[in-house]
Amino acid sequence: MNMLTETAVEKVLERKMTNSALKMSGTDVCVFYGEKQALHNVNLNIRENTVTALIGPSGCGKSTFLRTLNRMNDTIDSCRVTGKILLDTDDIYDPNIDVVELRARVGMVFQKPNPFPKSIYENIAYGPRIHGLARTRAEFDEIVESSLQRAGLWNEVKDRLQEPGTGLSGGQQQRLCIARAVAVSPEVILMDEPCSALDPIATAKVEELIHELRANFTIVIVTHSMQQAARVSQRTAMFHMGYLVEENDTDKMFTNPDDQRTQDYIMGRFG
Amino acid sequence: MSGSVVLLCVLAIGIVAFLLGRLRANALAGPKLSNLHSRPVYYGGFVAIWATLPALLLLAFWSITAPSVIQSSVRGSFPAEVLAAPQAEQNLEFGMITSIARGMKLLSPADAETLAGDAATVRTLLSAKGVPLAGDPKPYMLPAADELNRLTDRSNWLMTGAAVLAALGGLVYALRAIQPKLRARNRVERVVLGALLGASSIAILTTIGIVASMLGEATHFFSMVPAHEFFFGTVWDPRFAAAGSGGSEGQFGLIPLLAGTLYIGFVAMLFAVPIGLFSAIYMAEYASPRVRAFAKPLLEILAGIPTIVYGFFALTTVGPFLRDISAQISGLVTGDYANFIQAQSVITAGFVMGIMLIPYVSSLSDDIITAVPRALRDGSLGLGATRSETVKRVILPAALPGIVGALLMTASRAVGETMIVVLAAGVAARMQLNPFEPMTTVTVKIVNQLTGDLEFTSPQTLVAFALGITLFALTLCLNIYALYIVRKYREQYE
Ligand SMILES: Nc1ncnc2c1ncn2[C@@H]1O[C@H](COP(=O)(O)OP(=O)(O)OP(=O)(O)O)[C@@H](O)[C@H]1O
Ligand SMILES: [Mg+2]
Repeated sequence: MNMLTETAVEKVLERKMTNSALKMSGTDVCVFYGEKQALHNVNLNIRENTVTALIGPSGCGKSTFLRTLNRMNDTIDSCRVTGKILLDTDDIYDPNIDVVELRARVGMVFQKPNPFPKSIYENIAYGPRIHGLARTRAEFDEIVESSLQRAGLWNEVKDRLQEPGTGLSGGQQQRLCIARAVAVSPEVILMDEPCSALDPIATAKVEELIHELRANFTIVIVTHSMQQAARVSQRTAMFHMGYLVEENDTDKMFTNPDDQRTQDYIMGRFG
Repeated sequence: MSGSVVLLCVLAIGIVAFLLGRLRANALAGPKLSNLHSRPVYYGGFVAIWATLPALLLLAFWSITAPSVIQSSVRGSFPAEVLAAPQAEQNLEFGMITSIARGMKLLSPADAETLAGDAATVRTLLSAKGVPLAGDPKPYMLPAADELNRLTDRSNWLMTGAAVLAALGGLVYALRAIQPKLRARNRVERVVLGALLGASSIAILTTIGIVASMLGEATHFFSMVPAHEFFFGTVWDPRFAAAGSGGSEGQFGLIPLLAGTLYIGFVAMLFAVPIGLFSAIYMAEYASPRVRAFAKPLLEILAGIPTIVYGFFALTTVGPFLRDISAQISGLVTGDYANFIQAQSVITAGFVMGIMLIPYVSSLSDDIITAVPRALRDGSLGLGATRSETVKRVILPAALPGIVGALLMTASRAVGETMIVVLAAGVAARMQLNPFEPMTTVTVKIVNQLTGDLEFTSPQTLVAFALGITLFALTLCLNIYALYIVRKYREQYE
């Protein structure tokens, strides 16, 4: 992917954006933690090969919504989800759906880098191994290399693949986690504040990476940084107190939002 | 006045001191409490400590030293022919005098009159009061006993006086020392710190004491039996000598006992590790909070059962069951209903000990598994791994060093276990590999050598200390290694 020139990337994206198909769509999504309702009737579409940013004040339900998209909420005992979420045409909360398969299609990168206490190589090979994406050593090598390439980490780690992943710097660890998610060839990648634990330089690298990944993946990112949302996303959704307040093109959102609350939030952040 | 009354007196003074101190602090503070350096309670505590601590120290010192001072004074006035006798005999004589002295306190004045006249009736008189004497007292003993009583009384009175004086003195001194600027809080806390330090050093000092005493006796043993015969001997046959006969013809080979210990411990771990580990994984990863809240304490109750109860279980249930079932099996196979598993056998002991160890394995491992950060679980699940793949490939490898540490700790318990083995594996020290036959362990033999008539000069008895110190070294090494591993594993996430 690195080989493609900037214009080539733009051209590919242009073509994909125009017939911008819906990749995922949520209809009347409500989420409860026990008795407490954390999300109220959210209707949000995620477009293919687009970066969608979720913004909003702390506790408004961004992470909660993100986790409904690959059913990570299932791991929380008290959590209950109603409404309908489609991935292409499949209802992901259908009892017949295989959660494991769903999470292979909708991958996730977490706020804090969480490499497994294994070697860098094994961290990347983990997903392909459990999903049977590769058989021979050569095939694994191939996946590991291409994933690290895509995450822009290959040159930094190619000589130390057998060293523990936990020995990398924070920014490298986060890119390792992205590479790990990319290795299972998901269709959608969810990122929950992926840069909040990183310094500005590492952040810039990850942002650049997101920009490139967009050609092949659909990305949903939660962020607290308005600048970051403006830099990396094409669509932005604003949450407030468990409600989806506004969803719009990022350009429009940051220049001329429809909703007063969005305006206040963005202004508050900038001023 | 007895010691406990004095103690109560001092404590009462302490309470009064606390109240007075607080009162005085309040008075000094006036309307604003912040005039004081510390809160009034601390001043109360400060005065109470001054009132009680020196007095208590004095009491302790006095009651430790006074008896020996009195004894040497009484013994100083023994007649010359007694003083010429050997030390051991003198000790016996003095023992009789203390008995007489104790008895004389119980006598009525009228009895005491007759006593003074006739030494021969002393024995009958005293035994009527419930104080038996070993022999007829000699004439010089009565005045000596009298003297002993007198000295003891006087010492008690002096001690009471001194303690009460010390308490009052401390109280007055501390009360006068109270000023708003006095850092009562810091001082009280220093005393508390001292108490904490004292408590923990007691534990450490006791350990050192135990090891030292064992070492002493063990070296005594090794002076009679060469160390290589003990450590490398393959026959255990101590041949109990009758007390006093001094025979030391036995053979004290450690190897059969060590083999039994390790074999039974190994069989126990064979049962305990998989079951304990699986139940820990279930508890930590799968059980809903409701099940967990109910099942975890239940599992831990197992840890609270005294091991002798497991011993009964082995003796009356498991052993006979295994024996009978083996008879059935051999009946089916060969037609001859001979049991090939003995009721007391390595497998019985190992199995029951394994059950005993399950809660240790499971609760230690459970703690370690739950300590694996949630982020790792989420990371794996987020990649589309199932729960069991996550457990197998991420959680267990991450927790492995800690689990190994936990298992080593469990193993050291298995090595030190006694009661189950006595009842379930028997006392025969044998060297063999068949798990269906009896064997025995180091701990059992220690108990064996130390029950019955003891004479702490024969190797038959002293060998227990050599065994003890070997066992101690073994478990110590296991535990230190376990701690080392566990600590190293903790650092991984911090
Ligand atoms: N595991 C949970 N159990 C109970 N309540 C939860 C849980 N997780 C989140 N909540 C509640 O749901 C609401 C939304 O939380 P969420 O984590 O989605 O917020 P967020 O927008 O991601 O906030 P932040 O920007 O601080 O990460 C909050 O009120 C939170 O208290
Ligand atoms: Mg969040």
